[in-house]
Amino acid sequence: MTTGTAETTAPEGATASQAALEAVFDAAVAADERIEPRDWMPDAYRAGLVRQIAQHAHSEIIGMQPEANWITRAPSLRRKAILMAKVQDEAGHGLYLYSAAETLGTSRDELLDKLHSGRQKYSSIFNYPTLTWADVGAIGWLVDGAAITNQVPLCRCSYGPYARAMVRVCKEESFHQRQGYEALLALSRGTEAQHAMAQDAVDRWWWPSLMMFGPPDDESTHSAQAMAWKIKRHSNDELRQRFVDIAAPQAESLGLTLPDPDLKWNEERGHYDFGPIDWDEFWNVLKGNGPCNEQRLTKRRQAHEDGAWVRDAAAAYAAKHRPATGRDDTHHTGTDAGPHTDGEARA
Amino acid sequence: MTGPTTPTAAAAVPTGSVPAAALALGDDALVLAQRLGEWAGSAPVLEEEVALANIALDLLGQARVLLSLVGDEDELAYLREERAFRNCQLVEQPNGDFAHTISRQLYFSTYQRLLYGQLAAGDGPFAGLAAKAVKEVAYHQDHAEHWTLRLGDGTEESHRRMQTACDALWRYTGELFQPLDGLGTDTAAMDSAWLDSVTAVLGKAGLTVPAGPRTGAWSAGAGRQGLHTESFGRMLAEMQHLHRSHPGASW
Repeated sequence: MTTGTAETTAPEGATASQAALEAVFDAAVAADERIEPRDWMPDAYRAGLVRQIAQHAHSEIIGMQPEANWITRAPSLRRKAILMAKVQDEAGHGLYLYSAAETLGTSRDELLDKLHSGRQKYSSIFNYPTLTWADVGAIGWLVDGAAITNQVPLCRCSYGPYARAMVRVCKEESFHQRQGYEALLALSRGTEAQHAMAQDAVDRWWWPSLMMFGPPDDESTHSAQAMAWKIKRHSNDELRQRFVDIAAPQAESLGLTLPDPDLKWNEERGHYDFGPIDWDEFWNVLKGNGPCNEQRLTKRRQAHEDGAWVRDAAAAYAAKHRPATGRDDTHHTGTDAGPHTDGEARA
Repeated sequence: MTGPTTPTAAAAVPTGSVPAAALALGDDALVLAQRLGEWAGSAPVLEEEVALANIALDLLGQARVLLSLVGDEDELAYLREERAFRNCQLVEQPNGDFAHTISRQLYFSTYQRLLYGQLAAGDGPFAGLAAKAVKEVAYHQDHAEHWTLRLGDGTEESHRRMQTACDALWRYTGELFQPLDGLGTDTAAMDSAWLDSVTAVLGKAGLTVPAGPRTGAWSAGAGRQGLHTESFGRMLAEMQHLHRSHPGASW
């Protein structure tokens, strides 16, 4: 919590000019203090965070689909249990993140509506199909690995609720990533067919994983401002390099190769060099032309539409059985069917 | 697998009353977990993604313990044919709409809570696992009851759907109380407690207790003898395909 909160949230802001508010905000960010929901913040900071957190939440929800695709077919009961738990965790991460976004004055319903209408994005990686069981392992190792590289610095992001959500998310993601690596290792050391399956999956997921860090620094529109506000701590290219440096030796210990002839250790830089990314593909997938964009959104919309009568039922039931206390009446009026459903469903 | 035996023969139905009972209960949990796993990504609200997966995981955990009492869990799950499965027909019923899933959960979790309650109270071979499972199934039953109330006493549409689901699945509930050798449970007492409990919940939800028979010559219920409904084979084909495509592989 920043100091001077009471001052900056004075109802009319009568005594504090815009410049003074900004000065307090800038000082808090500079001092690495956390901005909290009731603190004053620039409109663009708020909007940028809503965009980023919502996109993050949407990615967790859409990201359930490629993996859920294999739940019913997982080849052992142990792997089935691990995969189910992982997909469940992703729904949970979505919930934390929508809650974090709601502290900025939006609602989950509004954000889901924007996802369904294509006005907000989700991570481009989930527009790739899971074609074999090994894809589940490759997603755990590479996609979760890239996500963690991106997200660990967000645990220190300037906005408190987002940073705290990321602490919980990162713990679970690291666990998933180790499980993904372990699943791939079992395949790599298994039969010839299993090894080939693992290699094929890594070949298909490597480049899309590198694209998860976003466009190169000179084409990243939101980066400079996000870094100035300490929402982001490192540039896209910096994080991408960090990921390659971690993943390349891991591939070796897995006994698998990465599909990049230019990949090699550079003694001088102390980093791995790697080949050029196909940015045309990246922008195409982002624009909705990836292999599964249509399918992912259609399935999400379908689940939402098919569930409408269930949410309506929960809201109608809650309205009928609302306790007749004044506090509850004021608190639960309006269109908050969601929160009712939430509390009850978890009971 | 060794020798010229078919997978069905290799992972055949065990002899002995304790393994036979463990297999029946394990198959119930495994098959329902598989059905609930089909919901992932399609639930009506995010909280239900979490809840349904949670229940599925509990059931899968129960299945793994129970099947391991009988033999190798994966061999039993992946290499038996439809006719060698001993689950009741209720758990293999397709998910249908959310009301069908909830109705199936209500009927089954009420049964499981009574069953594991009895087993946990005894000192038989299932007492230990029942003591853990009874806590899980209490949560499952609570979840199913809450949704039965919400759907039954929600909107006209949800009421209609919930009634339809309860009616459709009613015929599969008698089978739950066929005596299983090796359990030593009082199935008649469980059956009447089940009927009381379900009648109370349906009544509170404004739903009518279905009128059709629960047992009898033309009602359903021979899953314990390996006779299943048509959709079950397709469910198994999906579940087993990858494992069967790589004989002898480990994962």
